[in-house]
Amino acid sequence: VFEFKQTKRRQQRRIALRASIAGVFVLAAFGLLGWRLWQLQVQRYEGLAARAEHNRIAVVPIAPRRGEIFDRMGNALARNERDYTLTVVPAQAGDPQALLDALGELVDLSPAARRRFGRNLEQSGRYTPVLLRNNLSELEAARFAVQSWRFPGVELNARWVRRYPYGESAAHVLGYVGRISEQDMDALEARDETGNYRGTPVIGKQGLEKTWEAALHGRTGLTEVEVTASGRPVRTLRRIEPEPGKNLTLSLDIALQQVAEAQFAGKRGALVAIAPRTGEVLALVSAPSFDPNLFIDGIDVDNWKLLNDSPDHPLINRPLASAYPIGSTYKPFVALAALELGKRDPAQRIADPGYFELANQRFRNAGGVAYGPTDMHRAIVMSSDTYFYSLGVELGVDALHDFSQQFGFGQITGIDLEGERRGVLPSTAWKRQAYKTPQQQRWYAGESVSVAVGQGYNAFTLLQLAQATAVLANGGTYLPPHLVREIEDPRSGQVQSAAAQPAHVIALQPRNLQVIREAMADVLVKGTARRAFEDAPYQAAGKTGTAQVYSLRGARYRAQDVDERLRDHALFIAYAPVDDPQIAVAVLVENAGWGAQQAAPIARTVLDAWLAPAPPADDATPTTPAALAQASAQTAP
Amino acid sequence: MRRVLQWAMRALTAFDWPLLTLLVLLAGLGMTVMHSAAGGTDWRFAEQLRNFTLAFAALWAVALIPPAWMRNLALPAYLGGVVLLLGVEFLGETTKGATRWLNLGVVRLQPSEFMKIAVPMMLAWLFHQRQGRLRVLDFLAAVLLLLIPFLLIVKQPDLGTALLVFAAGFCVLYFGGLSFRLLAPAALLAALGIGSLIYFEPQICQSNVDWPLLHDYQKHRVCTLLDPASDPLGKGFHTIQAMIAVGSGGIYGKGYLAGTQSHLDFVPERTTDFIFAVFAEEFGLYGGVMLLALYALIILRGLAIAMYAQTLYERLLAGALSMMFFVYVFVNVGMVTGMLPVVGVPLPLMSYGGTALLTLGVASGMLMNISRHRVAPS
Repeated sequence: VFEFKQTKRRQQRRIALRASIAGVFVLAAFGLLGWRLWQLQVQRYEGLAARAEHNRIAVVPIAPRRGEIFDRMGNALARNERDYTLTVVPAQAGDPQALLDALGELVDLSPAARRRFGRNLEQSGRYTPVLLRNNLSELEAARFAVQSWRFPGVELNARWVRRYPYGESAAHVLGYVGRISEQDMDALEARDETGNYRGTPVIGKQGLEKTWEAALHGRTGLTEVEVTASGRPVRTLRRIEPEPGKNLTLSLDIALQQVAEAQFAGKRGALVAIAPRTGEVLALVSAPSFDPNLFIDGIDVDNWKLLNDSPDHPLINRPLASAYPIGSTYKPFVALAALELGKRDPAQRIADPGYFELANQRFRNAGGVAYGPTDMHRAIVMSSDTYFYSLGVELGVDALHDFSQQFGFGQITGIDLEGERRGVLPSTAWKRQAYKTPQQQRWYAGESVSVAVGQGYNAFTLLQLAQATAVLANGGTYLPPHLVREIEDPRSGQVQSAAAQPAHVIALQPRNLQVIREAMADVLVKGTARRAFEDAPYQAAGKTGTAQVYSLRGARYRAQDVDERLRDHALFIAYAPVDDPQIAVAVLVENAGWGAQQAAPIARTVLDAWLAPAPPADDATPTTPAALAQASAQTAP
Repeated sequence: MRRVLQWAMRALTAFDWPLLTLLVLLAGLGMTVMHSAAGGTDWRFAEQLRNFTLAFAALWAVALIPPAWMRNLALPAYLGGVVLLLGVEFLGETTKGATRWLNLGVVRLQPSEFMKIAVPMMLAWLFHQRQGRLRVLDFLAAVLLLLIPFLLIVKQPDLGTALLVFAAGFCVLYFGGLSFRLLAPAALLAALGIGSLIYFEPQICQSNVDWPLLHDYQKHRVCTLLDPASDPLGKGFHTIQAMIAVGSGGIYGKGYLAGTQSHLDFVPERTTDFIFAVFAEEFGLYGGVMLLALYALIILRGLAIAMYAQTLYERLLAGALSMMFFVYVFVNVGMVTGMLPVVGVPLPLMSYGGTALLTLGVASGMLMNISRHRVAPS
């Protein structure tokens, strides 16, 4: 007990000592704060008081002009337009009702605009300008400007607003700008960019507008203005000019884009066209689309509901954000894998009785057709499933995974547009990671069967499929796909090219490539897509696909029996011309049925528009590089 | 009847009257300044009044509970708090870019705020349990117990709260007997580091100088503090305007409701983190020094309560909670006067906000509880 007491006393002494030291520390620290207050309020009083009272320096941000976006032919896809607005500073404006009545004689003030103004007035401070009208006509602006002396505190402002002249066209590529939200503000704060956005009301929300925000926005400038205590500017002290945002020129061709979009009228689906030699994206369609102009001043509730609740999901950028099974369009790549890995001789014939049997399980050909003895060429041209079922088992899923990966399947392509999904390129390692129980984690041989025909666990974006087609057309050289071609500084006129460098080159045997190319060319001449490519003025190569959305567990598929949203997706890939590929395209029409019937004609139209455009009636200037080349070839002796 | 009377007497004598008087004075001042900063008795004024009522109820309740509860609650409170922080990390709601809230269906919790109290409780409990046989290993365990919640809160990210939690825990270590031989060199090193940073500012803030370990924006933040004029549109703008407001108040201030900087919207966040700028502009150096004196008295009273507390647990807890008060005030006033970087720490009993007030109410209630069971000064 004694010892305990002693410890206790010692403890108490220690606390007393330490608490005293803490007390002294607190007083010293507060002394430091007091000294700081003295420094500010006594020593620097005159300077600071002068700044506050008489010659207040107002820092006025000058918002930079946002960069504009053009297509490859120089058509403006996103541009800035002048817009006049009226704002009111409540503290200086006097009675709001009298003001509205007087102003109403000069400019049109609808009851709705008056109500909105009344609401905003209640919610904001006395010195914050409140928006009264936007979109003033030139006439209204002029009428107000003449009479403006009658309205102290009412200001006529000119602002730039974003416009997308092509409306729904390429909306998913361009995205849109919108008012800076709280989340945007926090993101800016995290990057310490809030200063750069003072005076800027909008920010890129989707698409290129978001991905390229840093380049498009520019840098905010400022003027330091001496103002009196009542806020009247006296003189400008300093001015830092804003740096306007960069203009972007895309590789996209809006004419081609519109041709492609017209093909999707009333359909859901996606299309990506890439120039294989450069990796430039020529068209990127997501159907249905939306009008980005709706979002600029904040979308209204009705339109938002219409877009957001639609079962067709018009806001999703399908080619990047949706992963699909790709069906038979996968077959050329599987065949090439078999050749490269030496798993099958192209001339070797496989019996196709209409089904493939593995461990007492039957895997049927689509449509139940039997093709008889089938070599690789015929298997691609007629799209024999049985041939590829057996190949899937012989290759094994991991070998196929390693090969397909090089083409970008199940990989982020790195396109300069946000929202890209990775999809799934299955392998035994992937399955171990994706599932929990050991039973689910196991890879079954039967699963390799469906993987080889682009079904099963395969889920790729259409961009990946188009990119893989482009790489195949390009003989194995992988150029990252990109949309922005040139970045222009509008002040200096300096243009920076954004050409892609080859990321990697897949080592492929020319003779193996030749087998695949010949087969894909024959698909369009005597194979599954012969009807869609009748009389094409160029030689193209392609492959049809019909991807199962819904497993029927062995039952026979009849479109009319299946719910529309569960019907097969129609797919098609193609590139042309075969010996000098200018364009590679991948098409998907959701729940449309046969690829040959539904997707191939769309690809045909797009290839025609790019390679053999209908001669314009009055303007003889050819608009595509291919046509230019053709034209110069014709004039050459 | 007698028992009711007895109970009522006990409830009324639960307070430490000197501390309560100081707190009420401060709260009255807080509401007065809020009236000016909010530009009238608008909803913010009314809500702050409600917040004060709630905080006072919490203070009273905590002051009344048996002291043993406070100790026995330490471990569950700490463990619960860490679990909730982990919950925030994995299931938290993200608002304003930071994940700080946990939605439990019925209520939304901000566990980091709760840790300002739970961490000093836990560490004090640890030292209390190990008293008489304290070894270096115990200090290491305490440091670990402190770092877990600290790092979880830093990651949210909420630097202001993390700083306060760390300070509260560190104070327990200090009062628990952290050797001066360790403390002195650390303090010296910190002083040297900050000194050289200020001295070499013009050189190291050049845009072509890269700092090791730090991101560009972090460098930017430090440099803005050292020279606010380098970012007049962003963070520097806040600091400059707050400094102008404070400085232009002069010795006597511009008078209540007459602060031009504050009322012309030049002072940012003027009802919350920057309310001191409004106060200093309107009440001047006199007001500022009086306010600091009021805070100092509260803190010193808290330290006195710590000195005469009955058990080691209560001594450590009271010391740490008092010093937490100090950290609040020092960081906030330092930030408003441009001495410290801008981090989100409110000014106790002045800034608008219910959560911080509730925490302070509970902390004050604990101090009162400890004070009521103190040993007679000998």
